[in-house]
Amino acid sequence: MTLQNEIPTNEKVELSDVEKAQIDKILLETPHTSGASIDALKIIQNHRGWVSDASLVALSEYLTLPLSDLDSVATFYNLIFRQPVGKIVLHPCDGISCDLMGGKKIRQCLSKYLNISNGQTTADNQFTLISLPCLGACDKAPVMIANQTLYELIQKESLPLILDSLNEATKQE
Amino acid sequence: MRQLSKSDQQTNLPNNPLTRFITDDENCWQLEHYQSLGGYDGLKRALTVSGPAVLDEIKASNLRGRGGAGFPTGLKWSFVPQGDDAPHPKYMIVNADEMEPGAFKDRLLLEKTPHQIIEGLIIGGYTLDADIGYIFIRGDYYTAIKHIEIALQECYNNNLLGKDILGSGFNFEIHIHTSAGRYICGEETALINSLEGKRANPRAKPPFPQVAGLWGKPTIVNNVETYCNLPHILNFGTDWYQSLGRFKDAGTKIFGVSGRVKNPGLWELPMGTPIGEIIENYAGGMCNGYKLKGYLPGGGSTDFLLEKHFDNPMDYDEVGKQRSRMGTGTIIILDDKYCPVAMVLNLVKFFAQESCGWCTPCRDGLPWAAVLLNKIEQGKGELSDIKQLEDLCKFAAPGNTFCALAPGAVEPLQSALNFFRDDFEQHIEQKSCPYCTSDNLEHENDQ
Repeated sequence: MTLQNEIPTNEKVELSDVEKAQIDKILLETPHTSGASIDALKIIQNHRGWVSDASLVALSEYLTLPLSDLDSVATFYNLIFRQPVGKIVLHPCDGISCDLMGGKKIRQCLSKYLNISNGQTTADNQFTLISLPCLGACDKAPVMIANQTLYELIQKESLPLILDSLNEATKQE
Repeated sequence: MRQLSKSDQQTNLPNNPLTRFITDDENCWQLEHYQSLGGYDGLKRALTVSGPAVLDEIKASNLRGRGGAGFPTGLKWSFVPQGDDAPHPKYMIVNADEMEPGAFKDRLLLEKTPHQIIEGLIIGGYTLDADIGYIFIRGDYYTAIKHIEIALQECYNNNLLGKDILGSGFNFEIHIHTSAGRYICGEETALINSLEGKRANPRAKPPFPQVAGLWGKPTIVNNVETYCNLPHILNFGTDWYQSLGRFKDAGTKIFGVSGRVKNPGLWELPMGTPIGEIIENYAGGMCNGYKLKGYLPGGGSTDFLLEKHFDNPMDYDEVGKQRSRMGTGTIIILDDKYCPVAMVLNLVKFFAQESCGWCTPCRDGLPWAAVLLNKIEQGKGELSDIKQLEDLCKFAAPGNTFCALAPGAVEPLQSALNFFRDDFEQHIEQKSCPYCTSDNLEHENDQ
């Protein structure tokens, strides 16, 4: 699954019918509207790649929740992106069990191959690098998540292959 | 309503209740396989007696919460208001937001035995006359989420969830919430705030969630592994359950080892298995060329222990007596080639980043500890920094913050300052990290 980024804009944006339908489904499960806010942010991000200011306004109007509440929630959680990201977000683990097994070197090599620092996106908009805390696969360290796939026992020599296969995956779609 | 009697119990009693459903078959997580091995028999048994009778069984089993704190589950549940005038809906929540550094046990249970968790949750719901269950699962656990979603659908299709479950008259719904990622969501009141769509700040207690939790209603939050124990306690009885433990605590536990050992992994073993046995026999001991320097016995928020503690049973109180905690039961090994200052720096940076920012010792203290540790690691530290680090540990002690994040965060630090003080002082005296090779400033392990 690759993401089509929403382009930043000052214009008003509307939630799509699909987004609204998915949010409505969550609303059925919660006694108060605010209970749907995190799921709704994730739904928007699934469709737009990230959560822009404009889509946050649209969500606030749709859920009739204060914009400041939604913004405060959106900025709190690690997996809600408030900036555009590349087609593929690489999440190497920076937990201690990975670092004990050479995880830091893997992250440094990723940075070097892609020529970006943690948190940045490549110029071709292909990859964003965001390391995450312990990914809970410590017996297979070092590990990384990309495209909803967990890569285990990563060696620096295998990184170019992994990046190539991820590149291929975006071309096929 | 009748009590569970010994004659009800099956004669073929397992010693690995939590993992006995896991086989090499990649579909072993599905309902058909789970039921073929006696899955949902525990629920069926529970439904033949009253909720309070089930609660008595759970109390008698001496089951303690597997999320890390080890609080007696039956006691925790007994605070939920019961009877006709109790508030509804009541909520039962599975805390599947595994994010403790070095903890990877819940992933196994979620991916391989989703029905065991769901069965435990339904039993819990029946016990306390709850209405709605939530599985709060880490957003990065894609396979686990998929399996839980499918398993829930299987339950609805087979009258294990929904209205009049198995003809008992008991109604129960389960929803799944995938977390947007913050370690603090694992704290039960922060988790509740997150389910309400808020920032995951912990709440002041009292009121305790059992009385006023999610949306102000009675709420129970327990760890994945805790729920997994319930079907078996109901199925095989409390005497059997007590007999599983090798020391004082009852039952089995999923133990894990990560770091430079020959065979890192997870094993279901009797509660009270000695630490050394887990590291030497199951994890295979240290990799060739590496020696053990120390280890965190229960994940990233527990105090270091040493080889001299190998005979200590992995049992909540016994590890506590060594001034550490059994926590999640997942051991992280520090080898002799990895810098202890770098290890503690990694952990403190994590906790500083994941602090919700509500309490000062956590919001301000942890980042400052990270600054000092980084300074020492870079060879720019002073001896007075060690004193400051000790002070920051004291400021973050239990009672100074609303939740246990900060006290847990400083556990590896305070014990490292105790056990590996020479390493800290050597960094400061030689103005560089003794674990870095001379021609480049990288740790040997990182090359």
